Amino acid sequence: MAAGERSWEEIRKDFPVLDQEVNGRKLIYFDNAATSQKPLSVIEAMTHYYEHDNANVHRGLHELSNRATAGYEGARARLAAYLGAQDEEIIFTRGTTESINLVARAWGEEYLKAGDVVLLTEMEHHSNIVPWQMLAQRRGVKLRFIPITPEGTLDLSNLDQLLDGVKLFSFVHISNSLGTINPAAELVRRAKAAGATVLVDAAQSAGHLPLDVKELGCDFLALSGHKMCGPTGIGLLYGRREILDVMPPFHGGGEMISTVTFEGSQYKPSPYRFEAGTPAIAEAIGLAVAAEYIDGIGRARIWEHDQLLAKEGLAVLSQIPGIRILGPLDHRAGLVAFTLQSAHAHDVVSMADQEGLALRGGHHCTQPLLRKLGVPASSRASFAFYNTVEEIHRMGEILKKVQTFFA
Amino acid sequence: MNLEELYQEVILDHSKRPRNFGPLPDATVTVRGDNPSCGDEIELSLKLNGDQIEDVKFTGQGCAICMSSASLLTLKVKKKDKAQAEVLLKGFKDMLTAPEAPESNEALGDLQIFAAVRRFPQRVKCATLSWRALEQALEAHAGSVTTKEPAS
Repeated sequence: MAAGERSWEEIRKDFPVLDQEVNGRKLIYFDNAATSQKPLSVIEAMTHYYEHDNANVHRGLHELSNRATAGYEGARARLAAYLGAQDEEIIFTRGTTESINLVARAWGEEYLKAGDVVLLTEMEHHSNIVPWQMLAQRRGVKLRFIPITPEGTLDLSNLDQLLDGVKLFSFVHISNSLGTINPAAELVRRAKAAGATVLVDAAQSAGHLPLDVKELGCDFLALSGHKMCGPTGIGLLYGRREILDVMPPFHGGGEMISTVTFEGSQYKPSPYRFEAGTPAIAEAIGLAVAAEYIDGIGRARIWEHDQLLAKEGLAVLSQIPGIRILGPLDHRAGLVAFTLQSAHAHDVVSMADQEGLALRGGHHCTQPLLRKLGVPASSRASFAFYNTVEEIHRMGEILKKVQTFFA
Repeated sequence: MNLEELYQEVILDHSKRPRNFGPLPDATVTVRGDNPSCGDEIELSLKLNGDQIEDVKFTGQGCAICMSSASLLTLKVKKKDKAQAEVLLKGFKDMLTAPEAPESNEALGDLQIFAAVRRFPQRVKCATLSWRALEQALEAHAGSVTTKEPAS
């Protein structure tokens, strides 16, 4: 810890929900890859907005509407800075899923035709598979997948061939099931060199490590607010300005038009063209405060702590008899999915819950991946910067107990 | 409520050594059931002779609750007739899903150990998976068809 930095212990106290007992035990929240907890500053910012400033944006001429608009657009600017983008390149959505659907609908339907290839990877979340399958059904687009190695990393040995003729390449930055950190910069560079438009699913990375879309060079980037200490129901899509300027709208309605007649309508420029209807104003404000909070700690410092927890988590889990850890054994994010020989994931999660330990059990919305790995269901522990090494050791004790119980 | 109450010896025993586990080559009806959200998958096969359940077996994989429930189901309905199986089916479903927990149901016998699952709402679908498959298998018999549709 450098001079002037707040300790992790102190930072943990910013999260009121963590200070409680569950089933009579001190809560250990290890389901951060599903959703992170929220610091008091985010909760208070949203409460403050509703208590003092609530109005609709962009249309009122009164004071409260001015404040709401300033808060909402200020949030856009703050999030643009968070990603190294311009304000006009930030579209508010409900989250990563909607962001990807927006690209599939608005961009995909305009620029892709029958026979065009969309390249994905075998470790995608359902949210980066299903929208493309739907597009394939509507437009006859072909889907191609980069395979994974037995270790759970992308097999890039045939990448040039796989990229041949690809119109769009959409891939996950950090796998929510394997913890794999994909070489995003390299993947973007090679896909761009092959002429593809590139979308990065940053759902699991945006709150954990430094991310700059200009450095990355991607055309689109999607993230979810609730996985980075922000509220649910808000996320964003970054789109490179040249693309958004000519991309047709997504939803039609109010807020996204400049003039409407009974014969037709003129659309607003980006990002407003893509934000039909009253947006999630309080949530956008909350998300901007979350981004500020994360940068207050520092993403490089958070990532360093993530790496420490990942290493410790892996070390502790490896000690448990009959465990199978999914994904690579080094260079991975702070989440570890595993199976126990003696107990099904449900039984593991139910028993852990009785000890106050919150894990995820199931297929983590990556059914095709788990099927390929021959795993019907797995348990997952996913960490955030407010988690501690002591909690990880406690998890080890609990899981040993579970293992013995079912053995 | 502690988990030992949920994971009683009988449940652990049946999940580790499921009875009537395996294929049933001369099945007259087979129903696949799965819980897509969690990965439980079972296939329940019945050999029906008129209204009589001559034999019943299952295959698949799932959590301890799912496997033990299926295992106990096979012991309970084997050699029973359709009407008797339906009574058990209704009793089991009511025990877990009726708005009000019913009084203890002696007819269910061993199956009453699953009453505790009621207090773990996320796990109800694990316990009922094989029973939903049975329900569909009994209905399919009326139409004398073999169905491969998921029961969930």
